[in-house]
Amino acid sequence: MASSERFSVLVEVRLREGIADPQGATIERALPALGLTGVSGVRAGKAFWFDVAAADEAQARAQATVVADRLLANPVIEESSVTITAAGAGA
Amino acid sequence: MAARIGVVIFPGTNCEHDAILAVERLGASADLVWHGDTSVAGYDALILPGGFAHGDYLRPGAIARFSPVMDAVGRFAADGGPVVGICNGFQVLCEAGLLPGALQKNRGLRFVCATVVIRVETGDCVLTAGVPVGTELRIPINHFEGNYTCDADTLAELRAEDRVVVRYVDNPNGSVDDIAGVCNQARNVVGLMPHPERASDPLLGSVDGTVLLSALLASAASPVGATPA
Repeated sequence: MASSERFSVLVEVRLREGIADPQGATIERALPALGLTGVSGVRAGKAFWFDVAAADEAQARAQATVVADRLLANPVIEESSVTITAAGAGA
Repeated sequence: MAARIGVVIFPGTNCEHDAILAVERLGASADLVWHGDTSVAGYDALILPGGFAHGDYLRPGAIARFSPVMDAVGRFAADGGPVVGICNGFQVLCEAGLLPGALQKNRGLRFVCATVVIRVETGDCVLTAGVPVGTELRIPINHFEGNYTCDADTLAELRAEDRVVVRYVDNPNGSVDDIAGVCNQARNVVGLMPHPERASDPLLGSVDGTVLLSALLASAASPVGATPA
C-alpha cells in the first residue's frame, strides 16, 4: 500500500470581485474611530485550516480543492485559494 | 382528495409547524420529513421551511444541501413535483443548485424583521398559478441573509424567462432588482424570502400568505410540469 503523508492546508474564501461586501464596508467605516484614515479596500473573507492525508502534495492539493470548491466556497458569489502550509508529516 | 405536503426539516429548522398549520387550515394534510430520510414518495408537494438548518454554519444552506433528503428533493423536483423554499429553505435550494443565485448578507448588515409588501410578477409557477400579476401582498420577512445576488447573465435570463416570482415594493435588504423570490426553468421549484405561513390568519396581521399557499396546493393537485391526462 502506498505510504501517505499528512499535509496542512489553508483555504481562504473571499467574495468575488464586484460582489458587494457589506461586512468589509462596515469594518472600513469603523476605522476612522481608530484614528486611521489611510486604510481602504477592506474585504471580509473566511479562512479554514485542516489536514489532508495524501501520497504527495499534488494529491493533497487536489483533495483540498474539492473541499474548497464543493463546500467551503459558493461559486456564485465566492472564490477560494488553497495553500499547502506544511508538507510531509507522517500520517 | 386533500393534497399531501411534505415539510422537510433539518436540525435547526424552526418554521415547520407554522407551515404545517397554514397548509392544513387550507385543507391539505402535511407531515414532517426528516433531513436524514432518503425518500419523499407519496407527497404532492414539498415545502422547505425557514430556520437555521445546521446552524447556518459556513453559509445558510451550505451544509443542508448535503443532507440525505436533498437527493430525494432533487429527484422530486426533476420529476416536476412542486417544491417551495421559504427563507432558509430558499437558501438551501440555491446552495443545492435547484435555484440560481445566492442569498447574501443584507445591505447595511441589518437583520430585518418586518411585514413588507411584495408584488407578484408572474402567475406562471407553482406558487403563483392563477394569481394576477401585480397583486400586492403583505407578508413578513425575517432574515439576515436575504440579499438576493446573481451575476448579470443570470439576472438577464431570469428576467427574459419571466422567472422573478415576487419583488419587494420597497427593497428592504439590497436584493438585486428587488427580487424576493425566483423559480427554476421548469417553474416547479420556487424560493422566496418572505414567509407566507406567517400571514395566514387575521390574528397575525395579514392573511395574504394564503394566496400563495392556496396556489401551491392547487399546483400540488395538478403540477405545472405535469402532462394533462
